Amino acid sequence: MFSYVMRRLVMLIPVLVGMTLITFSIVHLIPGNPAQVMLGETATAEAIADLEESMGLNEPYLVQYGLYISDLLQGDLGTSLRSKAEISQEIWPYIAATFELTVFAMLFAIFIGVNAGIISAWKQNSWFDFLAMLFALVGVSMPVFWLALMEQWVFAQELGWLPAYGRENSRDPMAPITHFYVLDSLIHLDFARTWVTLKHLILPSIALGTIPMAIIARMTRSSMLEVMKSDYVRTVRAKGSGTFLVIYKHALKNAMIPVLTVIGLQTGVLLGGAILTETIFSWPGLGRYVYEAINYRDYPVIQSGILVIAFIFVIINLVVDVLYKLIDPRIKY
Amino acid sequence: MKWKVSIFMAFMLSIVLVLAACSGDGSADPEATEGDDGGTEENAGEEGEAESEGSSEGEGEAAEEGGVLVFARGGDSESLDPGSTTDGESSRVTRQILESLLDFEKDSFEIRPGLAHDWEVSDDGLSYTFYLEEGVTFHDGTPFNAEAVKTNFERWSDPEHEYAFTDDGYVYAMYGTMFGGYKGDEGHVIESINVVNDHEIEFVLSQPLGFFLQNMAMSYFAITSPAALEEHGAAINENPVGTGPFKFVSWTKDDSIVLEKFEDYRVDGLPKLDEVVFEVIPDNAARLIALRSGDIDIMDGLNPDDAAVVEQEEGLKLYTRAENNFGYVGFHTQKPPLDQVEVRQAINYAIDKQAIADALYAGYATVAKNPLPPSYMGYNEDTEAYEYNPERAQELLAEAGYEDGLEIDLWTMPVARPYMPDPETVAQIVKNNLADVGITATIVRHEWAPYLEKTMQGEHEMFILGWSGTNGDPDYFLSSLLHGSNVGSSNRTFYENEEVDELLDQAKRAVDQEERAELYKEAQALISEDSPMATLVHSRPVLATSSDVLNYVPHPSTSESLAEVELAN
Repeated sequence: MFSYVMRRLVMLIPVLVGMTLITFSIVHLIPGNPAQVMLGETATAEAIADLEESMGLNEPYLVQYGLYISDLLQGDLGTSLRSKAEISQEIWPYIAATFELTVFAMLFAIFIGVNAGIISAWKQNSWFDFLAMLFALVGVSMPVFWLALMEQWVFAQELGWLPAYGRENSRDPMAPITHFYVLDSLIHLDFARTWVTLKHLILPSIALGTIPMAIIARMTRSSMLEVMKSDYVRTVRAKGSGTFLVIYKHALKNAMIPVLTVIGLQTGVLLGGAILTETIFSWPGLGRYVYEAINYRDYPVIQSGILVIAFIFVIINLVVDVLYKLIDPRIKY
Repeated sequence: MKWKVSIFMAFMLSIVLVLAACSGDGSADPEATEGDDGGTEENAGEEGEAESEGSSEGEGEAAEEGGVLVFARGGDSESLDPGSTTDGESSRVTRQILESLLDFEKDSFEIRPGLAHDWEVSDDGLSYTFYLEEGVTFHDGTPFNAEAVKTNFERWSDPEHEYAFTDDGYVYAMYGTMFGGYKGDEGHVIESINVVNDHEIEFVLSQPLGFFLQNMAMSYFAITSPAALEEHGAAINENPVGTGPFKFVSWTKDDSIVLEKFEDYRVDGLPKLDEVVFEVIPDNAARLIALRSGDIDIMDGLNPDDAAVVEQEEGLKLYTRAENNFGYVGFHTQKPPLDQVEVRQAINYAIDKQAIADALYAGYATVAKNPLPPSYMGYNEDTEAYEYNPERAQELLAEAGYEDGLEIDLWTMPVARPYMPDPETVAQIVKNNLADVGITATIVRHEWAPYLEKTMQGEHEMFILGWSGTNGDPDYFLSSLLHGSNVGSSNRTFYENEEVDELLDQAKRAVDQEERAELYKEAQALISEDSPMATLVHSRPVLATSSDVLNYVPHPSTSESLAEVELAN
């Protein structure tokens, strides 16, 4: 097991090097230079030239790539062209924001999705099954931005139950410690604030979690149906176990393997691709960080941001692979 | 069976919730009804002043009363070091923290005192003496004096200066543009800065600069504490320290910037608010929802189409900024067939500007006849507008030898700007207008940065763009866009007219503002005759606030001081 994890971690290196090469090339293929974008239409040619020079953009690409890689090897993610800040420091709050949102979105998706899938399989072809699967189909097909705006309209504007944007009450901001706001409020022992941050999480989590929830529900259902037909389940039933026990104790473990794969992939997708939700709910996460950087042609941020997202994605997949083993001891690596 | 019951219960519960949601009526917010004093007039800035005068000045205790104002905008600031950025979202925030020697009036570009309470200009326009406010301290407790002013200007002008941070990527582009370059450059106008005493400072110029005082009022040339420059070094862009009404507290990128009241602010009784929070809410619709639900107090960048609704809505107030920009269709005046003045005039007549103003700005725009906003000094009222006249256009085309029509490329920009909320539609309207007079226009699209680069280099024929003012001076519009020396830079029409250049040069060097105004008027008459661009509209950006916000006056530059703003209740 340990050697397997080590092997996987070593294999990570060529993957990440490949990532840097691809992102570096793509980034420099986007037309337009950062100095021009930052200064806008009222810039003079001299101002653009000055800024370009100060950003080191008049070096040849290979030299720029070499500098980037050598910095990277020393653990230096580079400096943002736009904000002039160290990316390794600047990126942390974004990672924390995205991570917190992803965790809650996935909790929502897994809890609802797995249970809906199980009940659908159990009561196959019942009205619940039809309803749940219809709901799942709508969930998969629904544009995230539309769902998000509808949520805001109903729950923030019309009912006023939940906040429409952001991570905390703007009028009463908290001094962040870890930048995981729920955790921070607990560290501050400020439980009223914990409630506030949780309320801010509800709408974006649902918006973000709906598609994974629907996918998980469908996956759980089909996987569960498969397992329910297997011999060992018939045996357990024959022994006289109650249906609930059969499903949650015996069938679920085997049914979860493919579901786990989906969960892992979806988590990775959410971490990197929550740009729509993050934009509508003004959630300052990784997706927005990279998106803004693309708008401003902030090359170092695009490169390092994508690298970090890729890294997280690979790690999550590794974690999922390890979890397979915990769920199903028969799996050997 | 039990399962069925519980599922049924859950289903019923959800139906009840949905029904509850439907019956909840929109104005359920109790606070929304309180602010009924304001109505929905635009620029109702002066109201509520009388009651505010009375508010206690007592220290400490009053902290409860000012409240927290949340100002939401579409994008984050780039830097909180005003000198090293040209970004409007940055200046909007730094304006609260740092102050310049002079200031603009609340709703115009008229000059008024800032950190300097008085100033003198020598007759030859080569020496400006500023008398600084006494007893002013920076937020870090160090005194504001003439030496601090000198340090700041030297920092911007001299790339070798110890606080220039050139190696960290700092460039002072606005300084270079406004003062003709940097130390050692030929066009650089500030020759020396003499500290006369602690509260008197003299700027000696190498040549007169007609808009020197306008520049001094720009928020980009605000004074930072030299002690903070020493302490924070290149991190000054995240740790601004000035003399302004609000102190910097914290900045969470792409999220919020928090400022708090500076208790020792030089003006007694100001600021009124305890805290100001600048929130980033990128989505326009989400920002309006946040305003309606009371989460924010001011939203910038309202969609003009939403303005009519907001104006009617109880609890909200609509504001417009004065015109400070214009959108145009430019002609490459050195490329055939656009090198013929008749063709340019013909196209100018062919475009229905009023239709564009009506279709895209929901009435929040006026048709432009000069490449200068109407409120500016030297705006030429007498310029003959190119009224929509397809017949006249066809005549002119025939005169130019194009009675059988011609083909031309029309470049359009890919991003919405304040002066051009929907460039694609503008391009379509122009294309249709031109088709009516026998001109076949092909719409060409590029990404924003390449668009700006290529038009600078002159790869285009016709193009759509605009310009926004920053120091309130005509020079920034007319010279940047139309002076021959700016060809290959900001002059994208490649317009070169020696007479116009001469007038613009004279106006730039003249010190007497009335004389300058006359020169600019003359220049506009010549420019209109040559028709290097079809000026389309001046837009009035709209924004909305909760009606609890009092004394808020939007400034045409998009950055206004919030020192006098108050919250009702």
